[in-house]
Amino acid sequence: MQHKEIYDVVVIGAGPGGLAAAIEAKKAGARDVLVIERDVELGGILLQCIHNGFGLQTFKEDLPGPEYAQRFINEARAVGVEFLLDTMVMDLTPQRRLHLSSRQYGYFTLDARAVVLAMGCRERTRAQIRIPGMRPNGVFTAGTAQRWVNVEGYMPGKNFVILGSGDIGMIMARRLTFEGAKVSRVLEIQSYLSGLSRNYVQCLQDWDIPLQLQHTIKRVIGKNRVEAVETVAVDDHWNFVPGSEEIIPCDTLLLSVGLIPENELSKKAGVMLDPVTSGPFVDERFQTSVPGIFAAGNVVHVYDLVDYVSVAGNTAGTHAARYALDESEVEADYVPLKAGKNVRYVVPHKLDRNALEAGDVQLQLRVTQPIEEDVWLEVRSESASIVRRSERYARPGEMVTILLKPGMAEAVRKAESLTVDVYPKAEA
Amino acid sequence: MKNSTYDFIIIGAGVVGSMIARWLSRYQADILLIDKEADIGMGATAANSAIVHPGYDPQPGSLKALTNVRANPMWDQLSAELNFAFQRPGDFVVAIGEQELPILDTLYQQGVKNGVPGMKIISAAEMLEREPLINPEVSGALWASTGGICDPFQVTVAAAENAVLNGAEVLLETEFLDFLMEGSRVVGVRTNRGDFFARWVINAAGIYADAVMHKAGVRPEFVIKPRRGEYFVLDSADIRTRNIYFPVPTEKGKGILVTNTVHGNTIIGPNANIIDDKEDTSCTRDGLEEISQGARKLIPSIRLRTVIGTFAGLRPMGNARSQNPAIDYGNDFVIEIPQSVQGLPAIAEMVVDLLKDAGEKLVEKKGWDPIRPARPRFRTMSHAQRQALCAADPAYGRVICRCENVTEGEIVREIHAPIPATTYDAIKRRTWLGTGRCQGGFDMSRVVTILSRELGISLLEVTKRGGGSEFLFRQTKDKEAQDAA
Repeated sequence: MQHKEIYDVVVIGAGPGGLAAAIEAKKAGARDVLVIERDVELGGILLQCIHNGFGLQTFKEDLPGPEYAQRFINEARAVGVEFLLDTMVMDLTPQRRLHLSSRQYGYFTLDARAVVLAMGCRERTRAQIRIPGMRPNGVFTAGTAQRWVNVEGYMPGKNFVILGSGDIGMIMARRLTFEGAKVSRVLEIQSYLSGLSRNYVQCLQDWDIPLQLQHTIKRVIGKNRVEAVETVAVDDHWNFVPGSEEIIPCDTLLLSVGLIPENELSKKAGVMLDPVTSGPFVDERFQTSVPGIFAAGNVVHVYDLVDYVSVAGNTAGTHAARYALDESEVEADYVPLKAGKNVRYVVPHKLDRNALEAGDVQLQLRVTQPIEEDVWLEVRSESASIVRRSERYARPGEMVTILLKPGMAEAVRKAESLTVDVYPKAEA
Repeated sequence: MKNSTYDFIIIGAGVVGSMIARWLSRYQADILLIDKEADIGMGATAANSAIVHPGYDPQPGSLKALTNVRANPMWDQLSAELNFAFQRPGDFVVAIGEQELPILDTLYQQGVKNGVPGMKIISAAEMLEREPLINPEVSGALWASTGGICDPFQVTVAAAENAVLNGAEVLLETEFLDFLMEGSRVVGVRTNRGDFFARWVINAAGIYADAVMHKAGVRPEFVIKPRRGEYFVLDSADIRTRNIYFPVPTEKGKGILVTNTVHGNTIIGPNANIIDDKEDTSCTRDGLEEISQGARKLIPSIRLRTVIGTFAGLRPMGNARSQNPAIDYGNDFVIEIPQSVQGLPAIAEMVVDLLKDAGEKLVEKKGWDPIRPARPRFRTMSHAQRQALCAADPAYGRVICRCENVTEGEIVREIHAPIPATTYDAIKRRTWLGTGRCQGGFDMSRVVTILSRELGISLLEVTKRGGGSEFLFRQTKDKEAQDAA
């Protein structure tokens, strides 16, 4: 493809967030929209997620990852989105100049009137959780193993132990079992699951793979290849429980111990990051602290369902197009959103005071601690409760969504700030 | 291989063996460098503090003091000739609290005796001005301007490649088993790949130097124990220290330091534990706790959440001086290379002197080339340089390691270099790929594919660091069925 020197909207990353953003940007009137993808195919991490469970919200269908991605790829092509594959963005300036590197096109620059960051996230590693012991081959992140099995068609082990009850780890436990490997157990240092409950049921329980809560790896054993791991129980403060050690023979240790938004490029552009989410501070349009640079999907915060990533992409894409077409937008007056009782963070971080006049605004949050009873989710200003709804439980592994509706516009307009709380109904 | 009779066989292609090979390669001689591992520099070379010391620390009169001080000024020329990264940020011994202050003077005096130039005791205020991150309870510091940093692995590659370009041979996965003797004279070595004859055998086997020595039937009382040191690597995006900072030394050694690396990271460590197993490079929970506390004594703002890598190295500790000071091992073997690489060029030079003293007529080779050409490193280049590089060879345009920006072009060049990189770790250590925040999560499967393609082997045969460290066990059922169809 012959690329232009300047585009209305450039989207970095062709995963679900980026594809949705590109489609909506085009639909919102952007004349030229370019998606830059470093892999040789479109779809991002969905391409290696061959299990089903995608699209229940968006399409009311239960799709495997690649098929979910394909629907967006088809639509993007149909509306005239342009693509640069096998191309990596090396640098991004606050003025939205991109430096790119590609085998096919060389090293070059282009400019964008608006940018959507959609680089997704990366997996936490062994070093980040500092697992002691030897450093043989055979300690992989679950996503790396997933790529090998589902994309390359190779098995990175025969006998697995999985550390962390993240979704990819549980899904890989089932996938590896299908392939005839042994998955002897999944360990979770917390006292609760870190992924979705449905994955626990479908991927572990149904296959008799034991989950040990409050357990971790004390030591990796093996010189060239993992030979065993020593596991240990931990107390509520993650101290080892003496005498609870067990040596589990295995040749591979998979890690599913968390995801971190990938924001190296955002930092280069001067985008301010939230230390809690590790993603950019965003408003309800998903605009970052740098005007004209938007962000969508797991680059902002780690979602539990891809459907929500696509919705976030829609929002970011629409507003990126509007920005590109009319850069003279007035400075917004914002109402900050704060994480209150038992809330780890809320996205967006702030809300245009008049945002609700244009329609609903979706707030998304993660709770700090699990509450296994009826809870209230509540948004309040200093003086009044703005909206309150109930759920049967609140778990850190499952994102919580609250809708602000146009009917609440007046209350929001008058607020100094908004705070979101999650608490047991019994406490109310 | 060209022949099985050499003038010199060097056992061990670590930083010492490789540098000796490079030093000898300037003479008319057939040289063979052997190593038991799948790559050069896999032992102590690959895991240490990477510091070129000024020489105020070793005991005056010791061989170590001599080689430290003699070698230090040689590093600038060496790095210019061999094209490896070397910087002289200078080092500081930082006294925390008034009680540590007198130790600085002792070190200073020791440095003067050893002949160390460029030392100065500076005030707490000056220390804080030079590095605002230092513990505010600092009472003063010893500044030595000649302290430097390098990447010892890359020094090793550069030296060994230069030796190869000048005619030396390198054989990997070649394990020394025994000496070949004629009477009491060593005439060669027996290895798992057969016998090799030589007029001289140089033992640079690092942590196994004692075992090699014992095979020749000498000095059975000399024993090398591994002293394990654990380290943390911090994310360069979160903390960037400016220099090399040591605590005041104790009887246990130089202590836990904080230093920047030539790759731009800060590393902290090591602790020092004598262990028995010469292969046990494991990290421990207690050790990591000890290091973080030690490092925070110097720089309190260091946070463990910024850790992106952990490793442990084994430093060979001989008992030559401590247990039997009467024995002079200097004429037999050059053995003890404690701590780091500081004395390196002087050690190589000393080996040459030993050979000359023993009557070896070393004749300089015509056309010896001291230069080992540099290969392009995308990550350190400007936009304009990258543009030119990609125009010349499109493979440099494809980024394989997204954190450290290592390209396919660089990987392919290393696989076909004078000493071919044939494992994942060999490529990692040469290009610095996979050392960043994602620790290879993204690049690993891609590098395995490139290695398979370039070496003409199956993906199942690609290893992390030699036989037994394969990545993959078999194909999936689908893939098997596809290939069968």
